[in-house]
Amino acid sequence: MALLDICNLSVEFATAHGALKAVDGVDLKLDEGEIVAIVGESGSGKSVAMLALMGLLPWTAKVTADRMLFDGQDLLTMSAKQRRKIIGKDISMIFQEPMTSLNPCFSVGHQISEVLAQHFGGSRRSHKARTIELLQQVGIPAAETRLKAYPHQLSGGMCQRVMIAMMIACQPKLLIADEPTTALDVTIQAQILELLVELQQANGMALVLITHDMAVVAETADRVVVQYAGQQVEQRAVKDLFENPRHPYTQALLRALPEHSQGELLNAIPGVVPGQLDRPVGCLFNPRCEHVQEHCRQTPPTRNEDILCHYPLPLAGQKP
Amino acid sequence: MFKFLFKRLLVLVPVFFGVTLVAFGFIRALPGDPVEVLAGERGVTPERHAELMAQLGFDKPMWQQYLSYVGDVLQGDLGTSLITNRPVVEEFFELFPATAELGLCAILFAILLGIPAGIIAAVKRGSFVDQGIMSLSLVGYSMPIFWWGLLLIILFSNTLNLTPVSGRLSFLFDVEPVTGFMLVDTLLSDEEGSFWNALHHLVLPSVVLGTIPLAVIARQTRSAMLEVLSEDYVRTAKAKGLSPVRVIAVHALRNAMITVITVIGLQVAVLLAGAILTETIFGWPGIGKWIIFSVFSRDYFAVQGGLLLIAVSVMAVNLIVDLLYGLINPRILH
Repeated sequence: MALLDICNLSVEFATAHGALKAVDGVDLKLDEGEIVAIVGESGSGKSVAMLALMGLLPWTAKVTADRMLFDGQDLLTMSAKQRRKIIGKDISMIFQEPMTSLNPCFSVGHQISEVLAQHFGGSRRSHKARTIELLQQVGIPAAETRLKAYPHQLSGGMCQRVMIAMMIACQPKLLIADEPTTALDVTIQAQILELLVELQQANGMALVLITHDMAVVAETADRVVVQYAGQQVEQRAVKDLFENPRHPYTQALLRALPEHSQGELLNAIPGVVPGQLDRPVGCLFNPRCEHVQEHCRQTPPTRNEDILCHYPLPLAGQKP
Repeated sequence: MFKFLFKRLLVLVPVFFGVTLVAFGFIRALPGDPVEVLAGERGVTPERHAELMAQLGFDKPMWQQYLSYVGDVLQGDLGTSLITNRPVVEEFFELFPATAELGLCAILFAILLGIPAGIIAAVKRGSFVDQGIMSLSLVGYSMPIFWWGLLLIILFSNTLNLTPVSGRLSFLFDVEPVTGFMLVDTLLSDEEGSFWNALHHLVLPSVVLGTIPLAVIARQTRSAMLEVLSEDYVRTAKAKGLSPVRVIAVHALRNAMITVITVIGLQVAVLLAGAILTETIFGWPGIGKWIIFSVFSRDYFAVQGGLLLIAVSVMAVNLIVDLLYGLINPRILH
């Protein structure tokens, strides 16, 4: 049985201009100890899909799914109270901005021990030893003296380490990392990723990594989900995807990597992700697709072999 | 911590001199003088007037009068009332507990009601509850104190006969003043039922005086909470699996209090100004009534001293607020 089984997840936001579909029919299956990367441009609904899984979206969001099972439990039908027993314990999430994601009014030790007290009972004080251990585990030097530090006294990288310590405190089965390195210096980015993978292997937890960085994907993930404008356009094993992208968007994304640039210019994808008011008819990617055909402009594609395209690119060695 | 405190205290020095100057200048800027007021309708000859003014030291140039006043203040001498001939400090501290008790109850009323109301309005943003609370707070803020006081007296004292109309304690009780705070003194005394009686006297004036601060605190709490509730760390708190109550009351409120506390400190000055009206309506024997009387009788020393002491108490409250601010917001102290 898969650890996480999401089928046809959609999220709609009620706005002044009508409903905005931020996530549109996403499927995700995840086994224990697996690393899946979700990639896509900004606005493609990567974070929203995961926030929906966590139940952290504001009330203006309408979440629907055919199935949303975690460890055999149905997240859709359970009460908010039951769900809070899972959130932060078995599923936890790290966010993009470490500096603003920690509460400025409470010390680091307070914030970590709070999560332990919440899920394992007891007072915050009784979890002091475990808190120190966690800080050491995420590579914070002089952990004991850092317990009383406040977030503003720490650097961005340190804050993210604290955030990680907080979210792995209850040894979750699934950790979602939402662009955990975007706000950090390049030198720190590698360290944080290394730490995440290290912890993932040590604890045997599954990891969902939301990222823009294809290099990170190639190095760490087992499987990749590519999202575009809220839709899941391709889902493949990492090696296959990099060697042989089948969706034109995936191909364009990979081609945009700096190492594939020719001359001084990067291969950009022209245009932007469609917003609420300029969604094209037919395939959502058609205005930007270089393989576009007349059929793509009229009819939305259906997903076939985990690829959402009328005319998927051929497998290597196959004729189109 | 001590460095922070020292800096705050240092700022008070120029404020202190500013206040002495205003207090000194204000009462002398009013037409008339104490001798004229004391003489009343009978009047006094210009020679006798000049003689009496010289006796009181009011014939000297203004700057000399000011310097000797500041000199006296620095030595702890606020002068003697021209009307009652008693030291200003003594008169002030005899009446101050009554005002302090009223002010304290009023601000407690405002805080205990205003903060929860603001939180509920923020959490239920846009709902009828939110709109109701915000409309009520606008009404409360716009209500003239004297009119509001009279309305409450008509309803609760006259029609429903629930509360007394004025004063601090019924004449039936003989309570010895120990602290000056009637609620404490009645508890200390062995007069049965006197505490409840004092409490009954305190309710209406506290509500009247606390209404404007209540409205301001509720609005400020709402807007601070709205801002804080959309912060990333609130999302983190939810992601930890904490209950909504804990997310709001601990993680969000602590941050929202940083701005609310500042507003509460500022309301104390508003409260003391409001106390003058409230004390007049409810016949409350406090500083407000005393200072009005002193202004009308051109009692220069009483007004100077009274204003200065009121200003000092406002400064003290704001100093405490600043310290609390430091305790709540670790970015200040650490």
